[in-house]
Amino acid sequence: MILLQAPFLNLQALLDGVMVGSIFALVAYGMALVWGVMNIINVAQGEYVILGGYITFGIYKLGVSPIYGMPFSFLFLFILGYILYRLIVFRVVDKDMFISILATFGISIMIQQFMNMFFGSQVETALTGLGTIFFFDGNITIALVKVFSFVISILGAIAVIYFMRVSKLGRAIRATAQNPRAARILGVDTEKVYAYTYAINAGLCGLAGSLVAMTYTLHPYIGLPYTVRSFMIVIIAGLGNIPGVLVSGLGLGAIEEFSAYLIGSEFRIGVIFSLLVIILVYRSKKLAKKREYLK
Amino acid sequence: MNKIQKLILVLLSSITLLFSSVSTSFAKVEGDTITLGSAISLTGKYATNGEHTQRGYDLGVKIINDAGGVKVGGKKYKLAVKYYDDESNSAKAAALAQRLIEQDGIQYMLGPYGSGLTIAIAPVTEKFGVPMVEANGASRALFTKGYKYLFAVLNSADQYLNSAVDLMATKKKGATVALAFEQDSFSLDVKLGVMDRIKAHGMKVVIDDALPKELNDMTATLQKVKALKPDLLVVSGHSKGAMTAIKQMTDLKVDVSMLAMTHCDAAAINKNLGGGGEYAICAAQWHKSLSYEDEFFGSGKDYAKLFESIYKYDPPYQAAESSAALLVFKSAFEKANSFDKDKVRDALAKTDMKTFYGGIKFNKSGQNTSKPMVLFQVQDGKNAVVAPVKWAEAKLIYPIPKWADRK
Repeated sequence: MILLQAPFLNLQALLDGVMVGSIFALVAYGMALVWGVMNIINVAQGEYVILGGYITFGIYKLGVSPIYGMPFSFLFLFILGYILYRLIVFRVVDKDMFISILATFGISIMIQQFMNMFFGSQVETALTGLGTIFFFDGNITIALVKVFSFVISILGAIAVIYFMRVSKLGRAIRATAQNPRAARILGVDTEKVYAYTYAINAGLCGLAGSLVAMTYTLHPYIGLPYTVRSFMIVIIAGLGNIPGVLVSGLGLGAIEEFSAYLIGSEFRIGVIFSLLVIILVYRSKKLAKKREYLK
Repeated sequence: MNKIQKLILVLLSSITLLFSSVSTSFAKVEGDTITLGSAISLTGKYATNGEHTQRGYDLGVKIINDAGGVKVGGKKYKLAVKYYDDESNSAKAAALAQRLIEQDGIQYMLGPYGSGLTIAIAPVTEKFGVPMVEANGASRALFTKGYKYLFAVLNSADQYLNSAVDLMATKKKGATVALAFEQDSFSLDVKLGVMDRIKAHGMKVVIDDALPKELNDMTATLQKVKALKPDLLVVSGHSKGAMTAIKQMTDLKVDVSMLAMTHCDAAAINKNLGGGGEYAICAAQWHKSLSYEDEFFGSGKDYAKLFESIYKYDPPYQAAESSAALLVFKSAFEKANSFDKDKVRDALAKTDMKTFYGGIKFNKSGQNTSKPMVLFQVQDGKNAVVAPVKWAEAKLIYPIPKWADRK
């Protein structure tokens, strides 16, 4: 057991996990928003992330530090999200969930192929040149770029929460999520709210993608893990529990990292899926009990 | 519409359908042109390497045609290739292979890009008895099924990194090894060969990690490497594995004495990573600095020059081996002196030739046994061949300088 032989690795795994988890949490925020407000599971989430990564990569290729790519990734995806809503997504908002999954799945394939045509299928990454820090005689090693991603993700998450609480649009979004009909009666333009919600989601994914480009690697077909993980995070946090997304994201990241040490990297996603099953079974048991009380 | 009208309509449409599906099948040799067929990944995830492969084929066709073509029965024939895009999808590739043979009347096939797609196509060509020379399917599974019509000009996957382990053995006795392998058929074949050499040299495996398919984070594996300090780290996870490993080793400042990988040549990783790939050892099928030669392309350097003048980049080995496949077909046609596909097949089986890409001679299962794998080390941003030692142009830098000692 390597974790017992080298106790420092436990701390290392925890740190690495939390830092990975923060990026996933950012993606999950967007998903929770769209799911909660529009009742759409956006399967194209991962593709937005990767596209955002490519925008940053493109800027890096121009010879600029990829850090400046972040606002561009956010803006580009925000606009793209808005356009996609006006073109496609608005048609499926109040339809069956299956239809919306199908529609966003279609979008994800389109984006994948587009990225493949435009950027090519080779693996890419952007270098920040941020360096590395060591703790405890070099026993703990952390790439600064990860710390940077972590900070940006947390700031992003806080910004979203603040925005939802304070701004007018945020309030309109929350109202629409609670009861679209009532919101409409009270003068909220729900179409507009939906469009901006979807655009904000895409923008958040773009920002996360920018961090992925700097921290990990990109190629057009690596989007799915981001979709899957953000889905897990939202499920585990519970729908409508926006602050819970952050905790659940960081926690899942840590669990994944530990499982990579304990049973092997190939089981990372497997562990997350098993956890999902356990949580869902537990929840349905709990609900069943509640139902019994009511009877 | 009454019933009779409907009936007539159905009849008519079924007749048109019937005709369209039987459509004219033209012969494989028309006038003075021999048409070969290939399903190849021009879109989808293998598009980059699919393009290298296609360019390799096209260059082979061009060179042979410019030199007068193929001489069969005293008459000269030109070569041509009919391509279909398989979209990097194996089911589609198999269907297209069938279409090439059944509808287009193709009798000689060139392989697709990659092991997975070649595995999908091989049963089809085998069923129709169509000889296929492939240049990009390295999986061992291709050579254990007793295929008679499949010929591969490249080394199989279980030979990829063997010489890296051998190199390690010359440097240190009882070295410790860390393995990080993706779980696809290619990487598992590579691992089979590597494990064999590790046992033979009495080395010790200290880390044996399986990498997931959606690979873009190897932090856990690399942290273990940092903690256990093995002498040799072997990574096989296609270009995404190579890229991720190098990027994160740079980020985490992971030190090993030797780093051996597959797929780290085509991506020009070192350039992208600002020198992070320095000292990595990469397995390749071919390198332009090797001193093999033939009468069509000349030396490897000549090939590289020609390729670059047309396509504006250095030829990756995927292109070189694809060009070599055309040379093999030409020699087989001329040796068979016939267009009968079984005679061509028998001539292919007897191939024994030298090309710019290396020697080509097939064993019973269609593997090329006459060419070793090449290892090169990234030195000063350039790929320098370090093995096989006979053709090596540079000396292996061992051990890799520690991160702390690099500028």
